[in-house]
This record gives sequence, C-alpha cells and structure tokens, in this order.
Amino acid sequence: MITTAQETEGAGVPRLNVGEWIETGFGWVNDNLGALFDLIRTVVSTLTSGLDDLLNTPDALLLAVAFSLLGWLVKDWKLGLLSIVMLVFVISIDQWENAMTTLALVAVAAGIALVIAIPLGIWAARSDRVSGAIRPVMDLMQTMPAFVWLVPVVTLFSIGVTSGVVATIIFALPPGVRFTELGIRGVDPEVVEAGHAFGSTPGQILLRIQLPLALKTIMAGVNQVIMLALSMAVIAGLVGAGGLGGEVMRAIGSLDIGLAFEAGLAVVVLAIYLDRVTSAIGHGGMAVGRMSKLLRRGRPRRSPEPAATKAA
Amino acid sequence: MNSSTTEPVVRARNVYKAFGKRPDEIVRRIKDGADREDVKDLGTAAVIDASFDVQPGEVFVVMGLSGSGKSTLIRMVNGLLPATAGSIEVGGEDIARLSANELRRVRREKVSMVFQHFALLPHRTVGQNAAYALEVQGLNRSDRERKAEEALQMVGLDGWGGSMPDELSGGMRQRVGLARALAAGTDVMLMDEAFSALDPLIRREMQDQLVELQEQLGKTILFITHDLNEAMRLGDRIAMMRDGRTVQIGTSEQILNDPANDYVAQFVQDVDRTRVLTAGAIMEPPVAVLGTEQGPRTAHKLMREHQTSVLAVVDRGKKLHGFVHEAAVAAAVSQGANTLEGLLQPAPSVHAETPLAELMTQAAQSEAGLAVIDDAGRLEGIIARVTLLNALAEPKYTGHDASEEVGTR
Repeated sequence: MITTAQETEGAGVPRLNVGEWIETGFGWVNDNLGALFDLIRTVVSTLTSGLDDLLNTPDALLLAVAFSLLGWLVKDWKLGLLSIVMLVFVISIDQWENAMTTLALVAVAAGIALVIAIPLGIWAARSDRVSGAIRPVMDLMQTMPAFVWLVPVVTLFSIGVTSGVVATIIFALPPGVRFTELGIRGVDPEVVEAGHAFGSTPGQILLRIQLPLALKTIMAGVNQVIMLALSMAVIAGLVGAGGLGGEVMRAIGSLDIGLAFEAGLAVVVLAIYLDRVTSAIGHGGMAVGRMSKLLRRGRPRRSPEPAATKAA
Repeated sequence: MNSSTTEPVVRARNVYKAFGKRPDEIVRRIKDGADREDVKDLGTAAVIDASFDVQPGEVFVVMGLSGSGKSTLIRMVNGLLPATAGSIEVGGEDIARLSANELRRVRREKVSMVFQHFALLPHRTVGQNAAYALEVQGLNRSDRERKAEEALQMVGLDGWGGSMPDELSGGMRQRVGLARALAAGTDVMLMDEAFSALDPLIRREMQDQLVELQEQLGKTILFITHDLNEAMRLGDRIAMMRDGRTVQIGTSEQILNDPANDYVAQFVQDVDRTRVLTAGAIMEPPVAVLGTEQGPRTAHKLMREHQTSVLAVVDRGKKLHGFVHEAAVAAAVSQGANTLEGLLQPAPSVHAETPLAELMTQAAQSEAGLAVIDDAGRLEGIIARVTLLNALAEPKYTGHDASEEVGTR
C-alpha cells in the first residue's frame, strides 16, 4: 500500500499527496474553527427546520392554492392553472411533505447563496483584480463534481441538513456572482457617467443606476441559483438532508422504482414551478406592469398615449 | 461678445491628457517635442497643451473629428477624466486639486452635462429623470418635482413628466437630457455631441431651441461637435482641434476668413458661408455719401471723383434716404435742377446681422448694391455685388496674412 502511494503511472513523476494535504487542511480547520462551524450548524438547521415546519403547518391543498395564486400574480392565469394542477399532483402522490422539506432546504440554501453572491458580484464588477481572483474559484466550485463537496462538508458539519445546505450553497453560488457582475458591467457606461457628472456618490450610482438597470440579468442569475440549488438538494439527500432527495436515496437502496419516480416527478414539479415564477419576476413584464398599474390607478397620469403614437 | 475684463468661468492652462500605462512619461516626451505618433507605443496622447478661457454667458464650441480629443477635453472640465498635466479651473476652483467629495460638490453646484446618447435612466419617468440632479443635491420631493416641471416646460415638454423615456422620440429624449441639465441650475453646461445622434431636421430644431434658451438664461456652455455648421451656428467662439491639439480658437468669422492652417482651411471649405457670414462682416464703408441738402452738381462731381455710378443719400443724422443714379443725375444737371427732388430712388437696405443667404435675392434685383442700416435707419455701410461675390469665394490658407486678402473690410 505504501509503495503504490509513492509510484505513479508516469515513470519518475513523484506522487503528490494532494488528497492527504487537503485532508490535513480540513482536519486543522475542523479542530481550530469548530466553534464557528457549530454556530453555522445551529443557524442553518434552525432556519431550515423552522421553514420546513412553517411550510408543513397549513393544509397541503391550501398552500398549493396559495402558490398557484402567486404564479397567477407574477405572470398570468395559465401559470396559475399549471401550478395548481402540478401541485395537486404532488399531493396526490403523497410527496407534499417531502417536497416542502426540499423547498425549505432550497430556499435557505439559495437565500444564503444570494446574500453572498450578489455583493461579491458587485465587488467583482467594480474591480478587475477581484474579478480575476474570483473567477478560478468560481470555476472550481462549479466544475468539481457535486458529490465531492459532500465529503468535506460532512466532516465539518456531520451528517444532516446543514451539510446538505452548505454543499448546496457551494454548488449554487457561482451563477449568482457571475450574472451580477455581468449585469452591472453591462450597464450603459454613458448612463453611469451621467450619474457621476451630476455628482452622485458611488452608493447612489450603485443603488439608483447600476442595480436597477442590471436587475434583469441579476434575476436571471437568481433563477439559475435556485435551479442549481434544487438539483443539488436532491444529491444532498445522500448526507441525510431528507426531503425528496432522501426519498430518492431510500428508493435506490431498496430498488423501489415506483417511489424513485414519484419522488423524481415531485422534484420536476418543484423545478418547473420555481423556474417559471422566478423567471417571470426577473422579466418584470406582467408582474411589474400589473403592480404599477394598480399603483398608478389612484394618481392622474398625463398623456402617455400620444407619446406612444408620436414615438412610433 | 463679452468684454475681456470679466473673470472666465472655465480656465484651462496647458492641459494634457494621456492614456496608457505611463501617462506622465508620454506628456514629458511630448513636451520635449515628440509627436503624437512618436509616443504611440506608450499610449495615446489624447489632449496636448490645451489652453482656453470661457467667459460667462459664452457658448464655446470645441470642434473636431472623432479622435481629435474633444470628448476627452470636455470630460476634464468636470473631472470625469483627471488631467495628466496642466490645470483646469471652474469658477475659480482647480479641478485637479479637489478631493472626491469636493469634486462631487462642484458637479452638483457648478457643472452639468448633456450626453450624446441622452443617457437617461430608462427605469424612471421623464419627470424623475429631469429631477435626477436635484435628487442627488438632496432637495425634497415637492421642490424637485416643481423645478423639474419648470425645466421640462422650458424645453417644451410640459405635461410629459409621467411618461417613460422609451415612449419618446429621440429629439424629445434629448430635451429631457437638456431639462435635466437645466434643472440642476448650474452656471456651466457641458454638451457632448448633444445633437449628433438626432436626424438633421430635429437637430436644427434643437439648435434653434438652444439659441433661444441661451438668450433667456445666459448659461456658460461648452459644446462639443464634429459638425462645423453646427459649431458656426451655435458658437460665440470655436476651438478647432486636431490630433489632440487646438489648432485655432476664434469666432466663426475668424475661422472662416482667416484659417490658421491648411487643415482648418480644408475643413471650412464645405461650410455654407452664406449662413455664417453676415452683412455686417462684409460691408464696406461707403466711398462717398451725398447730403440731402446737396444738389445734382455735387452728386455728379462726387461720382466722377470716385468713379461710381451710385451714391447713397443721407441727412445730417446719417439716416439713409435713398440712392441716386448716374443717369438721373446727368439728366438733372443738363436741365439745370438745383435739388435732388425726384432723383432719389429707394435704397434696398438690410441689417448688419442678416446672413448673406438672405441678401441674394435683393442683391440680384439691385444693380446699385445694398445699404446696411442700423435699427434707427442710419447708414452703416454698403455691400456692392462684387463684395458679395468676393465673400462667397473660398479663402485659401496662403500664409500668415490671409485675412488681408479675404477679409475685405
């Protein structure tokens, strides 16, 4: 065993014990920063189980109707109808509770990922150096096979929902950073220059010009983060995160085709629902239009119609 | 124009701007006599040794082709780009010496800007866009809404405050950009190719509106353009830029009639001179005038002395009464008449500020030429047909005293 560890397939190329070093590194981190990880574990598991309980408290059908109404509000009645049909289907295959557990995990993981990713993306957009430093890290996070993240995460947080959430955050974070940076860098430089020319502070430029104009791109990133979080949440079932992922693992263990597909279909329903709703919010179209229409109804607004015809 | 005793609002002295890894090195080499091409490996020398003053209330046009450094120059005035060397003062404050905070104060209080592609915030209404500068200045909502509405009214967009920018045509959008700059209430306005993105008819309209607004408001305007006709229409003075250097600064007449070099001469050859030059610029003092109380004999004598066939007749107050022609005078002399009665012909007259384009028809009908008069009807000068033709001929850069040959004063 020792000799094989010292030889490689290429003659004369020494064996680098990268794995051992990383393991040692994680060991050191675990020994010295244990308190920090305990804190993270407490916060994440409290958040996740709290949200899980909250989602599983009301009657399943009631909540399904509420979600469908949200779909109708952000887009149109078609999305509302699709949502109610899909969600009732999940209830009818008896996967609602697991689906809500997974939704809670996705929500917490995606929420934390965005809280980290968006400021990081803003920072990267403002500094080429930061952007250059972050890019390889993002590549590493995204291309490393998802399962690999589970191992160190489990050593740091042990089996359970926290490991699942943390692995999900690592996997889902990069598009949040990338889209935010892309969105802000893509804002018309002349508009930003106008902001400077009228004496705006950097904060005013960020909040009043860059973020609003980058919003569409950033929302596309949010959508990606949520979708990646969902795909990782299933894998997180491996480390005891429960929910639909847990069901899939159980089905694999007992070769239960029926259960595997029922849980899998529930994941698909969640994925479709989350994708449609977040991208509808991102595109702003109906949601913003409908809400601003409601807001404007009270106030008199002068002559938008001749403007449109004149512009045409 | 402004008297030279007033303090300039914008004062630039030996300003350089270089882009590249070592801008100071580029400037040092250029100061040592290197050319723009010589330092190409190091970077770009965008502006080279620019010095100018802009007087309060003046429209100062910086004119040049793309790459001539005019946009860079204007951006150094409000510190969007820091100068590599030299100093720029706005209202007595040296832009280069200001901290970031002070620079923002100067931008809020002293210098506003209008952009080529309007640079409106697409997610805000026209009213909110017009109020942007006021919002940054920290004005409360009701005050800034009122001021923004006033500014929109000035540019002819009253009532459009609730529309979104994408509901407006290009010309209207630039009016919003103009209103935003006006609402800021600054003395200095920078206009960067402000009308270049508009189609020609709208551009003319905007130019007219700017001239009109300027008459009311008397702002100090730095206007950037690559369109010489626009420069001539708007500018009290024009700075011609080429390859980063200012090659000539002067009034449109000076640039037209006395180009500093071949480049400027080539540039101005396409200008519609008839719209830039005015009657006052080309008129000549009358060779001789006849008093109303004088008779045909005096007229005949004067005509022979000065070899002219027409005389302008003025009274003691220099007020123009008309022309007398040689044939009529000769007839009157042979009949022994003692007064000019019956000999006077109405003189076609124009004002000094009338552009040449509007003189053509009158000049064609009047063999005697045109009389230039002031508001009180007093004779200021005469434009003979040959003078008019001369003025329309293109001046060529022939050396240092080209003005002597072309200016025909």
